[in-house]
Amino acid sequence: MSAVLLEVEQLSKSFGGVQAVQNVSFHVKKEEIVAVIGPNGAGKTTLFNMISGIIPPTSGLVRFQGAMVSGKQPHELAMLGMTRTFQNLQLFSDMTVLENVMVGFHSRLKSGILSAGFRLPRTVKEERQAQKQAFSCLEQVGLAHLACKRAGTLPYGMQRLVEIARAAVSRPSLILLDEPMAGLNPQESKQLVDVLLAMREQGFTFLFVEHDMETVMAIADRIVVLDYGKKIAEGAPEEIARHPDVIKAYLGEEAV
Amino acid sequence: MEAWSQFVQLLFSGLTVGSIYALVALGFVITYSVTGILNLAQGDFAMLGALFCITLVNNGVPFAAAIGLSMLAVMVVGGLFERLAIQPARRSPVAVLIIITIGASFVFRGIALLVWGTDPYALRPFTGHGALEVFGAVIQWQSVWAIVISLASFAALHLFFHRTYIGKAVAACVINPFAARLMGIDIRKMSLGAIAVSAGLGALAGIVIAPISGASYDMGMMIGLKAFIAAVVGGLTNAPAAIAGAFLVGLLESFAEGYLSSGYKEAISFGLLLLVLFFMPNGLFAKMTGKRV
Amino acid sequence: MEHGQRMTDGRKRWLLLVGAAVWLGLPWLVFGNNYVLSTLILIGLYALVSTGMTLLMGYAGQISLGQAAFYGIGAYASAYLTAHAGWPSWLALAAGAVLAALVALVVGIPVFRLREHYLALATLGFGVIMFTFFKEWKEITGGLNGFFGIPPIRIAGVPLQSDLQFYYLVSLFVLAGLWFAHNIVRSRVGRALRAIHGSEVAASSLGVNIMKYKLQIFMLSAVYASIAGSLYAHYVTFINPDLFGIVPSIYFLIMVVIGGTASVWGGLIGAAVYVCLGEWLKAVVPLLLPNAGGEFEIVFFGLLLVVMLIYMPNGLTGVMQKRMRRFLEMGGRQEKQIAAVEGHKARSIGGERG
Ligand SMILES: Nc1ncnc2c1ncn2[C@@H]1O[C@H](COP(=O)(O)OP(=O)(O)OP(=O)(O)O)[C@@H](O)[C@H]1O
Ligand SMILES: [Mg+2]
Repeated sequence: MSAVLLEVEQLSKSFGGVQAVQNVSFHVKKEEIVAVIGPNGAGKTTLFNMISGIIPPTSGLVRFQGAMVSGKQPHELAMLGMTRTFQNLQLFSDMTVLENVMVGFHSRLKSGILSAGFRLPRTVKEERQAQKQAFSCLEQVGLAHLACKRAGTLPYGMQRLVEIARAAVSRPSLILLDEPMAGLNPQESKQLVDVLLAMREQGFTFLFVEHDMETVMAIADRIVVLDYGKKIAEGAPEEIARHPDVIKAYLGEEAV
Repeated sequence: MEAWSQFVQLLFSGLTVGSIYALVALGFVITYSVTGILNLAQGDFAMLGALFCITLVNNGVPFAAAIGLSMLAVMVVGGLFERLAIQPARRSPVAVLIIITIGASFVFRGIALLVWGTDPYALRPFTGHGALEVFGAVIQWQSVWAIVISLASFAALHLFFHRTYIGKAVAACVINPFAARLMGIDIRKMSLGAIAVSAGLGALAGIVIAPISGASYDMGMMIGLKAFIAAVVGGLTNAPAAIAGAFLVGLLESFAEGYLSSGYKEAISFGLLLLVLFFMPNGLFAKMTGKRV
Repeated sequence: MEHGQRMTDGRKRWLLLVGAAVWLGLPWLVFGNNYVLSTLILIGLYALVSTGMTLLMGYAGQISLGQAAFYGIGAYASAYLTAHAGWPSWLALAAGAVLAALVALVVGIPVFRLREHYLALATLGFGVIMFTFFKEWKEITGGLNGFFGIPPIRIAGVPLQSDLQFYYLVSLFVLAGLWFAHNIVRSRVGRALRAIHGSEVAASSLGVNIMKYKLQIFMLSAVYASIAGSLYAHYVTFINPDLFGIVPSIYFLIMVVIGGTASVWGGLIGAAVYVCLGEWLKAVVPLLLPNAGGEFEIVFFGLLLVVMLIYMPNGLTGVMQKRMRRFLEMGGRQEKQIAAVEGHKARSIGGERG
């Protein structure tokens, strides 16, 4: 039995009158891939935003690696080893692909404004290390040949891969992926699935939101289903596929 | 009794200046609501209006006609500014647009400097040099004019936005640009119109204040900045609040000048600005959290 | 790959050497002409301020409309501490820089919670308030009459009084400032700043402490401005508040816009263009328009600002950078190099729209 990495307890968020997420609880264990699914507007992104500290929850709490983290800022969580990607890409489009990934390595480096400004030997060493790590991470997702291109000029599918490489380069203990396959063609999704599976082999843990059921069934160890902000089911892919509430909520009435 | 008359005096001068700020602030609000641009050249419309009007009057144009003509001229200037400087940069980041309006403000000031020089000009009051005595305070008729004209302008604008078809269209455009486009409202014309109207309001403000404090090429900046504070205090998109903000700033300045020290009056109004910016995050930050990820 | 990289480095080094030779030899080229020297000194001082601002605006994407206030803090700190408190000039310069950094910190904490319009406004407000202090705090600043009799700066007890000496002093500061800025830009900190500019939410989810970096870079830009102000005070020996008001702040902004934010050289280039253009206008316009007086050049700078932002939003360095890179890469093969990472390009000023 491996250790619990992330615990979400009774998490809720309301925007004015809208109950975007209501009392959702679940957990993620080390080296697991957990999927969050649900119809549009079910509250998946809101859930991710609360877990990653971008918005504060209305109530409930989040524990990460055994420590309470609700109320912490996103950058503090990143330092603790939780990074994420975004549903609508948030690449630094004016920076090169390599630089984007190097920003991902920020949390592993130390040089501050003074040591950087005076270019102390420590900074030089760190820069070299960052460049090497970022490059090898790009090799892993198969984008090394594009390292010097401006990120904004890449095709959409590749930008998704860059975002994932950027989130993974610091070897965080948990990566949140918000709809990583959105907007990809079948071939690109296949490539992405391969990348994710390979990363799992290396010990990465993922929590991800996805609409594409085929992908979810293929790579998730466990699935959490949200509908109108509430968790309506949780379990292994086969169980979820058979769960009547899920079929009703997610696949639509006619599928019943 | 002395203290009382001083108070009334300061009150009136605050209301006078406040009504000027209010006219300019209203221009800010209209421009900002329709175009999303904070036009830092707004105060220079007041300067241009005043100087145009003075030149016309000095050349024998009847007073009323001079006022109308100079407002019109400034509206044309505003329209040109919109077409030549704002429209081509529509898609630029907010900071770039702000800096463009600063550049335009420099251009207006510089042109005024070349045309009218550095000397201040005077305009005669609308109706004689007489004054009113209230509780021992001496109130110039021009002050009364300032307050009345600004109130009349607000009323006119209110009617325009709530009673006329175009006005309602503009309001719709503000509330929902997308829907406005669907209804066939041309956003670009709207932007032109908004800036021209704001320019006209600014010109009026300049003309009204000229008999009281004179007019010179560099008068625009401070009027603009104060009106700006008023608009921000009011929340930038809320016309009545901006007007209230303008009177607040005017009164604050007037009393600060009268009871404290004239040197610090600038610092006091900008201090108010910073306080509002820092401590009313709900009103002002509302847009900030709006960006979803 | 290695080969191409070496070629690029070689050409770059040559370029730098030639640049340094010109810079050092310039005074002899102009036969020590004091007018030219004082113009060069002014360029250097402004370049310091606008280099700091380029970091703040171009890289971190944060606007400041009150930068002249920090210039003023440095100038008045040096003036007061050396003339009235008898401090050595270097200590006063350092104290001014520390003071400017502290003011930037205190002001920055609330100000950088704001963005876009409100940030612009708040910095403008800060500028006006500081100007009021310079004007009204007469015991320290001498008020509108100005501050007279600032002693010259001394190196090892020797006062620097000739323009030539001052030219070298200022150029050393400019070089150091450019070097420091260049190092920042190609480091973790520089990447973090550009990341903030690109997407705050993504930057923070990767571990970038946004508030910390905005504050640090604001403080750094304040230090640059303050040092320039201190040097200026010692150079001219007389200062008055008008030099540190809102209009000068806008002039610094103009330099940043002209120079552009594509590289750390933007500040220097912008300052050079601004000062030369200003001098040229002062010489030429009165011939065409005999009764032009006062600060008439603002028309031209205003126009320049508008036109540049519409047609050349990345400034001169933005345009030059492309050519430059082509030049540097000539001879080297067109292979992709990892090292091209250092061809860092910041965005145009300000963040993404709405
Ligand atoms: N910042 C916000 N302000 C107001 N309401 C919001 C905000 N963010 C989300 N909501 C609302 O919360 C609900 C959940 O939204 P959320 O984006 O979390 O859904 P989602 O499951 O990610 O949907 P999708 O599959 O479309 O990405 C929706 O009704 C949405 O309108
Ligand atoms: Mg979503």
